[in-house]
Amino acid sequence: MSRGGKLVNMIIGLEVHCQLDTKSKLFCGCSTDYRDDGPNTHSCPICSGLPGSLPSINKKAVEYAIRVAKSLKCEICEESEFSRKNYFYPDLPKGFQITQYDHPLALKGILTIDDDEGLEKIVRITRIHLEEDPGRLVHKGGVDRPKYTLVDYNRSGIPLIEIVTEPDLRSPQEARRYLQKLRATLEYLSVFDSEKEGSLRVDANISIEGSERVEVKNITSYKGVEKALTFEYTRQKNALRRGQKIIRETRHFVEGRGVTTSSRSKEMEQDYRYFPEPDLLPLRVKEWSEKISLPELPDARRERFIEQYSCSPIHAKTLTGDLKVAEFYEKVAKINPVLCATWVADTLLGELYYRNMSVQAVPHERFIELIAILDAGKITEKSAVEVLRNLLDQIKDSGICESPNECIVRLNLGKTGGDAITKAVGEVISEQKTAIKDLKNGKKGAMNFLVGQVMKKIRGRGDPQEINLLLEQALSPGDE
Amino acid sequence: MTKITHFNPEDKFHAFLKTCGDTEYTTGPLNGENIAIKDNISTKGIETTCGSRILTGYIPPYDAHVITLLKKAGAAIVGKTNMDEFGMGTTTENSAFGPTLNPSNPDHVPGGSSGGSAAAVAAGIVPFALGSDTGGSIRCPASFCGITGLKPSYGRVSRYGLIAYANSLEQIGPMAKDVKSVSRLMEIITEYDPRDPTMINKPYHCRCDGELNGISVGVPEEFFGKGVDPSVASVVWNAIKWFEGEGAEIITCRMPSVEYALAAYYVTCTCEASSNLARFDGVRYGPGASLKLSWHDSFSERRTEGFGTEVKRRIMLGTFALSSGYYGKYYAKAQIARENVKNDCMRIFKDVDLIIGPTMPVVAFKLGEISDPLQMYLTDILTVPANLAGLPAISIPCGKVDGLPVGLQIIGKPFEDERVVETAYCYEQGG
Repeated sequence: MSRGGKLVNMIIGLEVHCQLDTKSKLFCGCSTDYRDDGPNTHSCPICSGLPGSLPSINKKAVEYAIRVAKSLKCEICEESEFSRKNYFYPDLPKGFQITQYDHPLALKGILTIDDDEGLEKIVRITRIHLEEDPGRLVHKGGVDRPKYTLVDYNRSGIPLIEIVTEPDLRSPQEARRYLQKLRATLEYLSVFDSEKEGSLRVDANISIEGSERVEVKNITSYKGVEKALTFEYTRQKNALRRGQKIIRETRHFVEGRGVTTSSRSKEMEQDYRYFPEPDLLPLRVKEWSEKISLPELPDARRERFIEQYSCSPIHAKTLTGDLKVAEFYEKVAKINPVLCATWVADTLLGELYYRNMSVQAVPHERFIELIAILDAGKITEKSAVEVLRNLLDQIKDSGICESPNECIVRLNLGKTGGDAITKAVGEVISEQKTAIKDLKNGKKGAMNFLVGQVMKKIRGRGDPQEINLLLEQALSPGDE
Repeated sequence: MTKITHFNPEDKFHAFLKTCGDTEYTTGPLNGENIAIKDNISTKGIETTCGSRILTGYIPPYDAHVITLLKKAGAAIVGKTNMDEFGMGTTTENSAFGPTLNPSNPDHVPGGSSGGSAAAVAAGIVPFALGSDTGGSIRCPASFCGITGLKPSYGRVSRYGLIAYANSLEQIGPMAKDVKSVSRLMEIITEYDPRDPTMINKPYHCRCDGELNGISVGVPEEFFGKGVDPSVASVVWNAIKWFEGEGAEIITCRMPSVEYALAAYYVTCTCEASSNLARFDGVRYGPGASLKLSWHDSFSERRTEGFGTEVKRRIMLGTFALSSGYYGKYYAKAQIARENVKNDCMRIFKDVDLIIGPTMPVVAFKLGEISDPLQMYLTDILTVPANLAGLPAISIPCGKVDGLPVGLQIIGKPFEDERVVETAYCYEQGG
């Protein structure tokens, strides 16, 4: 298997749970907008499981799930049904979760991603089903040895979809890219808000070819997936190298430490005693699903960006990989779309990432102004980056920023005019006799040195090419 | 306008778990009529225990749909009636708070599980009561106490607020001294409720004008088979002969699926119950979870203390039947048997308008007479088919054996509750 450090095949399948961004819960009218409110303020007899209450299906949640299924090219089942998954846990008010079991909403779909070589790869989707989120436990006095635990039913009954893949992924990086593509797709569909805390949870099945598989639960972030799988891969590889066997088990991802720990022994294996939920009628939504139309999805938008804005394929992919970025780009791509694409994809995203900011925080008028100034040649690229950084810092501190022009004036970043450059060129020529000699002797680096000296005099506010030209003119033999 | 009625009856037969004293009511078609409610129907602000210790102190923060409708109609909700714990029983002896006695003869049980409601009506304490019927729980006590009780078609009355025992089988239904009163309650409680996805919007209208209109009646041989007391059978045959005398066509028929009906019923109801009752874990109801124990041990302790023997037995049976490896053998098979019962009924209904037979194979037992649970389950044989098939079925008094009432059961086609009530009314007036 693993000889001389050669890579062994990793087989990964993911079960992704996403909260659907509906206004009300899956089986009652309670609002889903609970995150800023006190515990148990978004609950009713239904989602807190009071005796006698009955669930009624939220049509919007079904519609959202259908949108997802259609976007992943799934087959919508003629008839699907809800089942009860029975288990005891303090966050589960009814003692069972309403989910879908052997008759899910949709089967057999695909999602296209890039593999590790950058080639197109199809990940097969096994199934998509709808279910309710349980409540939330708040441990008082530490998770390991809590003094007591409180239950909050605000989250209870939030609609979830579970999207299960075939074991088609081959590396932690692929898994991460799958999640990113899935997230982008869900956001394009307007059914999911990835910025809401706890809106995504992933269980990963991972094995090394020829060995038992291990299920890793409790992964709650995109980066976490890559981390958990990398750790698990190394752990399994090491075990095999030592001649140990991998046991089939469920492991828990500890996000803070980046490790997985064994969480359930085999004796504790749960029997969920699934049976059809008698209070809900089967769903027959195939006909309806045919009438539900989808918005433009990431792949189509990428093609359009290449076509409409002449973006490079790599920029188009970056810009469309996140709905908010794509929307931002379309708002700012007014003057010079290609320049804009470079600036959003290569510069802005990096600066935002560095500051842990969302693109939504950036006022597009300001960005358009900055690009316009740059496009008109009024500042250098270097100065433009400096202006952008200043503006982002201001937004991060106070939520607002000055205009790019104000910033340029304040920092004196305006491009130095022709006279000042000519003057600086003259000064440098008279000061740097040695370098000029070197240049005449054919030393390549001498010109760059001279340009640098001119730049220094005008504090970087000049165009290097323009300076180069002026120097060449000044030093040309005809003028001697 | 709100008025107040005072209700503090002498409850010789222990029909009530709680009486409400001063009760408000408003004007409406029921205008201050007193109604007793089985204790598994949620009543806002009134303790609702399902006859179980585990729900002691539970005061629902909301009204069941039927309660909302009754209040709107001007009824006074005057008390909660005794029942077998969570509806699991045929005698009301399984109440955690002691049995109810049969007003016809206090040495005998009132039937169950809606025994408190039946006794309250039979003793003349209230003119109306609501019960619930999962496998005969309205019709059995109606039969044993000599009153009228209707199990509506499945989906005719909202279950919202009915504390579930077996969701796919049960319905809330009216109980009263006479058919017209039962019909009056039906007019009110059948108002549509979108909160029950299994409910169908079909308003109930029944004239009760006493015309049989040349109906044909099916009498399944199996309803007079083994285990049916011959003297009960003979009283019921007399009633059937009355129908014949009135011009009804009597057709004897076969319902072979009855053989499997009890098994299908008990597997289905215990499976659903094992899941429904999982929520009673001490976190939200009852004396509260223990902070000293792990949650798992605390759940276990609360459930061990809080549930009675019959409830534990049914939870265990249902848990077993749903377990991995047994699901196909029990739950899935029960659903097939259930389909067979439905198909049998629909086949019979091609030729007849109604199916008639005894409600119970026997008259009321003595208190404590039957201790073997299996023997007890067997007495549900004639009531469970209507639940399995979702059919409307009424029990009306048709005579006595040894001074104890005998009930006549009339079963109708799905959602033909009106025809069942109409026919029962004719019999009541003329039989």
